[in-house]
Amino acid sequence: MMARAGTDLRRFTGFFPMTLLCLLVLYAPLMVVAVYSFNASTSITLWGGFSLDWYHDVFIGPEAPKFRQATINSLVVASLAGLAATLIATAAAVAMHRTGGFRGKTASFALINLPLMVPEVVTAVASLIFFTVIGFSGGIGTILLAHITFCIPFAYLPVAARLSTLPDGYEQAAMDLYATPWQSFRLVLLPLMAPGIMSGFLLAFIISLDDFLITNFVKGAGVETLPTAIFGAVKQGIKPNIMAISTLMLAISVVFVALSWLIGRNGKIKS
Amino acid sequence: MAATTPGSGGGGSDLYRGNAPRLMLPTWLMIGVFLLLPVLLMGVYSFLTKEFRGGVIWSPTLAAYDQFFLNRGLFGDEPPSIEWTYLGIFWRSIWQAGSATLLCFVVGFPTAWFIATRAPQHRTVWLFLVTIPYWVNLLIRTVSMKFLIRDEGPLNAFLLWSGVIDQPLGLINTNVAVLLGLFYSYLPFMVLPIYAAVERYDFALSEAAADLYADSWTTLRLVILPAVRPGIIAGAILVFVPSLGAFLAPDLLGGAKAFMIGSLIEEQFKGAAGNWPFGAAVAMILMTIVMGVLLIYARAQTRAQAREGA
Repeated sequence: MMARAGTDLRRFTGFFPMTLLCLLVLYAPLMVVAVYSFNASTSITLWGGFSLDWYHDVFIGPEAPKFRQATINSLVVASLAGLAATLIATAAAVAMHRTGGFRGKTASFALINLPLMVPEVVTAVASLIFFTVIGFSGGIGTILLAHITFCIPFAYLPVAARLSTLPDGYEQAAMDLYATPWQSFRLVLLPLMAPGIMSGFLLAFIISLDDFLITNFVKGAGVETLPTAIFGAVKQGIKPNIMAISTLMLAISVVFVALSWLIGRNGKIKS
Repeated sequence: MAATTPGSGGGGSDLYRGNAPRLMLPTWLMIGVFLLLPVLLMGVYSFLTKEFRGGVIWSPTLAAYDQFFLNRGLFGDEPPSIEWTYLGIFWRSIWQAGSATLLCFVVGFPTAWFIATRAPQHRTVWLFLVTIPYWVNLLIRTVSMKFLIRDEGPLNAFLLWSGVIDQPLGLINTNVAVLLGLFYSYLPFMVLPIYAAVERYDFALSEAAADLYADSWTTLRLVILPAVRPGIIAGAILVFVPSLGAFLAPDLLGGAKAFMIGSLIEEQFKGAAGNWPFGAAVAMILMTIVMGVLLIYARAQTRAQAREGA
């Protein structure tokens, strides 16, 4: 890098403005919606001064019960699906990284990644057909089963990443001291894996909360999650209360990402 | 990794040998029963006879694929010719997904390069900035984009006020709006793999090129781009594949004129069309294309690894 005095081989004219453009594209729509959610005017175009009316409307307005129920459904599904997917993925990660070679390992790996490879709309269609054929009527149950399934690879990624960096010496030591495999797993490996498991859960939780398409196919009539409720409302035009809900969800997402990031960082510092 | 020796590193340990079936069983059950089996069933459905108002009659037919590929006239009695309606929708989807991928590359590559050449302690912050929007609900991001670019929206209001334009751009419900939506939805997917590739790039190569009198743009074209190509290809696939089957961006930003595969499929199940076997057939065709792209990618990667190993 010292070869040419005065020229930096890492620098390209225009790359910095492009980076700013990238961030502008990523943030401008969200910023605009966040700002307009505090608009006092009922017109969603003109600025009429600062107000919290639309947040008020979200919590106690005429549509509040609908959105409250949808939020509860979303949170219940995301928590349960996140939890189940994380448990399943943790077991799978231990199998892939701590049991040596086994029959069907390659197929198992492909299966874990299958939800990432099948296009979302295809998963949605296939799930709808499957639930119809076996006679499950759409509701929280079908939403939950579909969510657990597509959350598994997302929960798997951080858990497996963590596990692949952990040498098995600690567990070996535990077993040398007469711990059973189960004890060494539960008392030694599990605590060491904890940051990965936590990140996996948060990732699965966010992915479940984010899903619209698959949920919309399998949910059945009358059952709504927050994204399907918002989609339904948006189809009738963007009203200011939608912007308030969007801003709240934006805030929740940012908190979750920050949390996940901090947990990941702590995990790295400790090890 | 042949890590069977005691105390060896993670990744290939066999400490819990023999427990694999028990540990893998939940994954096999969940993904096998609730994804693999449904996809196979969907394949079967695409060969069944449609019943009106959704639903099927369990008798095999090629009607769904016939409807997709062949035009037999209004009453089905003319000699078959190629049906362009659905192929046209596929072509538009491929074109839009390809354009979105290119646009993501044009903006994403410089961004990834810029971030990867910052001081190590600053990179995390820049990366964090790029990834945050990805974690925001896709529906909300698409709605935000719709709000921003509507004729009455802030973008047009700003451009009108500043005198750049004297009437609204009329972006909404056009292919351009859908392209913007796809670009915005999947941009972080392009930045991250390229970033990872640039971070591993050996700058001695740039020095060597400079010593041989290459200017910086020649170095970029002949040295850097080939060196980080795996990252670019990974990014392109991560943008192209979800764009191809996207539903929200075409539906909310494009309307009826910018119809894409996702909406075509959705309409067969949720909309007025109500033709489940046809919807299943379209989904099968989409999945075949996507699996084909992924397979070519996997093959190329295996070959590249074999070359490096040799």
